[in-house]
Amino acid sequence: MVSLRDPFMDWVRKLDEIAEAVSFEGSIAKIDARNLTHKELNDLIRMCVEKGAERIILKNVCGQRYIGTRLYFPGKRVEIEIFGTPGNDLGMFMNGHRIIVHGNAQDGVGNTMNDGEIIVEGRAGDVVAMSMRGGRIFIRDDVGYRTAIHMKEYKDKVPVLVVGGSTQDFLGEYMAGGVVLLLGLTLNDLKHKASYIGTGMHGGVMYVRGRIENHQLGKEVGVVEMEEEDYRKVEELVRDYLKYFDDVSKLDEIMGEKFTKLIPVSKRPYGRIYTY
Amino acid sequence: MAMKSHLLPEFLVQRDYERCDNCKVCVKQCPFGVHYYDEETGKVYSREEYCVGCQRCVVYCPKNALRVIPYPGHYRPNDYWHESYIRDIKKQAESGGIILTSCGSERNAKVYWDHILLNASQVTNPSIDPLREPMELRTFLGRKPDALEVEMGEDPDDIEIKTELYPNLMIETPILFAGMSYGAISYNAFKSLAMAAKRFGTLFNTGEGGMPKDMREEFKDCTIVQCASGRFGVDPEYLNCSAAIEIKIGQGAKPGIGGHLPGEKVTATISSTRMIPEGTDAISPAPHHDIYSIEDLSMLIYALKEATNYEKPVCVKIAAVHNVAAIASGIVRAGADIIAIDGFRGGTGATPKIMREHVGIPVELALAAVDQRLREEGIRNKCSIIVGGGIRCAADVVKAIALGADAVYIGTAALIALGCTMCQRCHTGKCAWGICTQDPELSKRLNPKVGAERAYNLLRAWSLEIKDVLGGMGINAIESLRGNRDHLRGIGLEEWELKVLGIKGAGE
Repeated sequence: MVSLRDPFMDWVRKLDEIAEAVSFEGSIAKIDARNLTHKELNDLIRMCVEKGAERIILKNVCGQRYIGTRLYFPGKRVEIEIFGTPGNDLGMFMNGHRIIVHGNAQDGVGNTMNDGEIIVEGRAGDVVAMSMRGGRIFIRDDVGYRTAIHMKEYKDKVPVLVVGGSTQDFLGEYMAGGVVLLLGLTLNDLKHKASYIGTGMHGGVMYVRGRIENHQLGKEVGVVEMEEEDYRKVEELVRDYLKYFDDVSKLDEIMGEKFTKLIPVSKRPYGRIYTY
Repeated sequence: MAMKSHLLPEFLVQRDYERCDNCKVCVKQCPFGVHYYDEETGKVYSREEYCVGCQRCVVYCPKNALRVIPYPGHYRPNDYWHESYIRDIKKQAESGGIILTSCGSERNAKVYWDHILLNASQVTNPSIDPLREPMELRTFLGRKPDALEVEMGEDPDDIEIKTELYPNLMIETPILFAGMSYGAISYNAFKSLAMAAKRFGTLFNTGEGGMPKDMREEFKDCTIVQCASGRFGVDPEYLNCSAAIEIKIGQGAKPGIGGHLPGEKVTATISSTRMIPEGTDAISPAPHHDIYSIEDLSMLIYALKEATNYEKPVCVKIAAVHNVAAIASGIVRAGADIIAIDGFRGGTGATPKIMREHVGIPVELALAAVDQRLREEGIRNKCSIIVGGGIRCAADVVKAIALGADAVYIGTAALIALGCTMCQRCHTGKCAWGICTQDPELSKRLNPKVGAERAYNLLRAWSLEIKDVLGGMGINAIESLRGNRDHLRGIGLEEWELKVLGIKGAGE
């Protein structure tokens, strides 16, 4: 009697049944992800890394989740190249690897990611970089709702999210640390549409190229002038963005627009609402 | 403008000056500034308006010269406008804030444990003497297969299990320490529980504040690490240095809301454990922002399994609320190996009083409803159930297991073992017993070795009592009691309550 169907664990084949999806060329492994379940694909990726692969190329990826998650090998860094559309929680809890997506990504890119780099040559869904704690994420186009919620930093571990386009509502809600850069390149009028930006923000910084009206900001956010140090930091990130997705010669054009710097008003937004 | 406080003191400090020799121990012991030494008269006096009734000074007075009693003066007694309401209104009129409190609900609501009685063997099946016969309290937590396929060899000892088994936790008594974060409690209190759990062969729970690096290697096999909405200190190393992972959705003392560890408690070591800068508020949002549905919960459960290579069971902790049975069913279907249900009496280091006193339901009813529902749906074997929230004694443990729990979480009881007197001032961070504080001077008051000894003794004592009760019922393994509601009878309960609990009335 089957009392319960488990969409993750049922129908999962053993490694030797799916091994033919993998081919090795030196330290480069190729996996054909067609018809593999989430777990099967991640089983194979883990096997490749255990066998010494330094670069893994995934073809025909179609919605498989958690790519890069099951690769906790302290000190080891591999590169994963994805052709197709990876599923939710790409690189969740990831620890130091590099993922390049030749296409769009779905929800939860870099969720609670610890270290490493994710580059998406397209758009990404909701909750990108949620609770991210280190490493860098570059998204070429737009992202969805709740981006960079509760991102946090500790000492020199400062997560970075660069979005080429714009975001939906709740960007940087509860943000506690890290750097978010929004370039607005997909906007015709450079007017960002998101509301509730930085509600409950109590750490970190957001740089926004283009216009944001005051009513779009949470009340815990303050707008301050860009300083030289900020421009230097932003320019460095834009340079990397262009290197990954476009042409570095466009640097001046992009840097020529107005940038807005958003920081929290207080490290203690909710300190005064209680009585003992 | 400074406002004169209208509040009456809560306690009266009585000092017997015939015994007091003005040694000032009480002055040093009280973190709330109640006692003070007057140079001019050479005597120690007390300001009772600061007293929280923690009894630290009374216990430590070398001359037994102190007595702290509830304040005898009060407003005109009124059953409706009870003193607690008058106090709270005055407090809020003076501050304009949400009333913050701690520990578990003190509300005079029905305690179902006290309306349930246990059975014992008489004549028709013999009771068992636990002093002479083995009694099995060992418990396995986690998903069990639907059926077990075994292959027997020629030799009777040659038995091979063919079914693929899921990762399970093995504990030597059905009692675990509930999630209490380093931050909410002191390092020494945190470590005391870890040491006791390790020595006894059970588990402690990190709460949502991460795990100090220096404890990871030593305690990884007896640790349940929590992944809560704030994701504090959650990195792949933390997740892998554990016996199991718990997703904290809710807490009995404050269902539906998050929590704030105030910035002043985020000291250097807390900040390195939680991986946030010193002095910032550690804010746990009310929901996990990547979980807005059962499907999303499923996604996090499997993300955690992926992150730990499917080697560890994943537990989901929820507060006992109205539709708990349906929610629990969803959680099992989402892939959880263990469900933890925290009743409305569950403790906390800080919660708005309105949440603590008015939100959630008793864990006894929630447990019975969940166990029943999972059985009806044929998925009870898919997960274990841990209940917590006000488990006060071994009898509560036995009753919980007979109602369907696999094990219980104890939080408040464990802290009482360490020294807590339930003064409900955890949220001030000034715990005189060195438990709920980050003040290095106060934390020193709890020696982890002594704390571990006390917590271990409590586990031992309760385990012995459980064996006694089991023996009296004629049962020799805790397995045989699990969900065995025939061993329970209710007194003073309405029909609907008996129905929810799934037990008969006494005499039936």
